Amino acid sequence: MSGGFEPRRGGGAVATFTGFEADLLRSLASQLVELLRNEVAAPTGSNDPLEQLLDFSGPTTEPDDPVLARLFPTAYPDDPEAAGEFRRFTEGGLRDAKARSAVLIIDTLEQAGLPHELAEDGLHVDVELTREEATTWMRSFTDVRLALATRLGVEEGDEDFWMSLDDEDPRTHVHDIYEWVGYLQETLVASLAR
Amino acid sequence: MSTPMPVETEEPDQALVVDRPWSTVVWNDPVNLMSYVTYVFQTYFGYPKRKAEKLMLEVHQDGKSTVSHGSREEMERDVQAMHEYGLWATMEKTE
Repeated sequence: MSGGFEPRRGGGAVATFTGFEADLLRSLASQLVELLRNEVAAPTGSNDPLEQLLDFSGPTTEPDDPVLARLFPTAYPDDPEAAGEFRRFTEGGLRDAKARSAVLIIDTLEQAGLPHELAEDGLHVDVELTREEATTWMRSFTDVRLALATRLGVEEGDEDFWMSLDDEDPRTHVHDIYEWVGYLQETLVASLAR
Repeated sequence: MSTPMPVETEEPDQALVVDRPWSTVVWNDPVNLMSYVTYVFQTYFGYPKRKAEKLMLEVHQDGKSTVSHGSREEMERDVQAMHEYGLWATMEKTE
C-alpha cells in the first residue's frame, strides 16, 4: 500500500501509488465528475421562450441528490429567497471548479503512466504535485470523501459500527476506501502544512 | 488534538458590528479532517496557526464557529470559498 504523500522539494507533495491504487483514485474522481455534470443545473422552468433563451442563470433550489446537497449547502438557512439567489450565482461555478479539480487528478495519474486499462502487475505510478496542484487534489479528496460518507451514512463517532460490520458487507469495502482517501488527505495536508 | 489551548476572549466592538454586519459560520461535519479544516482557515483567511486551530476546535466541539465578519458581499465570497473547500458554511447576520 502507498505510504501516502510526502513533502516535495521546493513545495508541493509527491506520492507513489500502485497501479491498483491509482486506478481506484481515477475511478473515484471519474464518478465525482459524472455526478457533478449529471444532474444538470436546472433552469428556472419558465414557459416564456424568450425568457428561456435568455436564461443563463443557475439553479435556485437545493439539488435532489444528497451528495450534491452536501457539496452545495444552503447558504441562508432561514431565508429561502436569499438562499436561492446565492445558489443561482454560485452553484454553476462551484460545480465546474469541483469537476475540473477531479479531472486534474485523472489527468495527473494518466500523465504519470496510468494506462487507460490497467493490465500490468507491479506497475507503480509516481505523482509529483506543485503546491497549487496539491491543494486542488486536497479539495477534490474532500469532495470524494463527502460523497462516500453521504452514501454510506457516516456519522460523528460511529467508528465502532464500521468496525463491527461483516467483511462480506459491501459497505465495509466502501468504508475502507473512504478511510484510505482520508489517510491520503491527512498525509497531503501534512506535506503542505506550515 | 488533545492539548487544551488558552482561549482568547474577544470584547464585542460596537463599531465593528456596524461596519461588518454579516458573518461566515462553519458547521461541524463528521467527514472533514481537523488538520484540513485548520489548513483551510490558515490558507484562505491567512489566519495564524493558533487562531486557525482555535476556530477548528470550536467547529469540532461546539458544532459551529464564526470564522469571518464583513459586508454581505464579502461574506458571500467567503461562504462560496468554504463550499469550494468542501466545508459546510452559512451566512449569518451579526446580532
